[in-house]
Amino acid sequence: MAAEEHAVEGAQEHAPQYATGGEYIQHHLGFLVFGQKEDGHWGFAHSEEEAKDMGFWSLNVDTMGISLVLGLIFLALFKTVSKKATSGVPGGLQNAIEMIVEMVQGNVKNTFHAKNDYIAPLSLTIFCWVFLMNLMDLVPVDVIPLLAQTIAGDSHLYFKAVPSTDVNITAGLALSVFIMIIYYSIKIKGVGGFFAELAFHPFGKWALPLNLVMELPAFLAKPVSLALRLFGNLFAGEVIFLVIALLGWFQLPLHFAWAVFHILVITLQAYLFMMLTIVYLNQAHNDH
Amino acid sequence: MNLNATIFGQIIAFFVFAWFCKNYVWPPIVAALDERQKKIADGLEAAGRAEKDLELAQEKASELLKEAKKDSSSILDQANKRASQIVDEAKEQARLEGQRLISAAQAEIEQEILRAKEDLRAQVSGLAISGAEKILESSVDEKVHASMLDQLATSL
Repeated sequence: MAAEEHAVEGAQEHAPQYATGGEYIQHHLGFLVFGQKEDGHWGFAHSEEEAKDMGFWSLNVDTMGISLVLGLIFLALFKTVSKKATSGVPGGLQNAIEMIVEMVQGNVKNTFHAKNDYIAPLSLTIFCWVFLMNLMDLVPVDVIPLLAQTIAGDSHLYFKAVPSTDVNITAGLALSVFIMIIYYSIKIKGVGGFFAELAFHPFGKWALPLNLVMELPAFLAKPVSLALRLFGNLFAGEVIFLVIALLGWFQLPLHFAWAVFHILVITLQAYLFMMLTIVYLNQAHNDH
Repeated sequence: MNLNATIFGQIIAFFVFAWFCKNYVWPPIVAALDERQKKIADGLEAAGRAEKDLELAQEKASELLKEAKKDSSSILDQANKRASQIVDEAKEQARLEGQRLISAAQAEIEQEILRAKEDLRAQVSGLAISGAEKILESSVDEKVHASMLDQLATSL
């Protein structure tokens, strides 16, 4: 009850206009967080401090939800096509899907040299899913938050529409890749072989501590760089969209220009994430 | 920008999606692609084979044509030869027939001549007898001198 009152107060304070541009941006960068509040109840956070206080065991419902919806859209789209995939003359949609599949297949064939049937579909999932998540960046910044606020009836609701501007989402993807790197390293090389790779290179076993100091950061940098590269690019793009949105009528041409440029960025980032995953997994499969 | 359990949600979602993609999305599409690739390869191969077949057939046809020409010219030669032979034969036959006709006509003429001679001889012998009768009047007995007169007649 107390939280709801607070929400109503907040809505009256800020809605419908934001006091400053900084506040507008700040608000658009907040998440819809679900977790345990200080009083012990579970519910949505109504301010960023409250969200922070919920600690680790809370969930960004907005980005997680949109990410799930996008993943399901990807699977549903590809599933419908694969269900009636014909080896004869393909229709328009099948043609487009086949182009993506062949692109992924070609990249996997060129980069991944071991034999593993999981890698190609995995790469396809990463590419399409990350691309769709990035694509949400091209939706005008206020559309989805306003829609969510209208549905929720709370004009102060935090709602972030672009999943890949949430470091949790990108870190989740990167950690999944990291888990697979470790899994396949151990599966192919054994625990000893995996450890030896980290400990006995590049200076031989008499320089073990030095080797570890050199190899461990490089190893741990893989998921961190994966997560932060995607997050950083998309977050920066999102912030620039928000800044442009503050410019009144001037925002229209600027918004268009930045969106056109961003089409390149989101495709490139999805492609990069997929390619790096393939490269890392290839390294994990490589037995020296 | 604090880290929270969304990470785990995303990890679980990722593995579920990847598993679904691996099992239900990827195989049919790739199977269709591979099948099409095979179809195209087969089609190209068939086209190549057809071309080869066509070449062979053309070669065979021209060979047959050449042979037919050779045959026809030899048949023509034979026919010409046969025709001239027939003509020659016909000529020969005609010649022989003509000769036969000529010799038959000659024989008839000879017979005719003989008969005329015979008649003439008979008439001459009758004339001779009547002359002699007239000369000898009744001294000559026709019956007594018949053999003599016959001798005379044949000697004419």
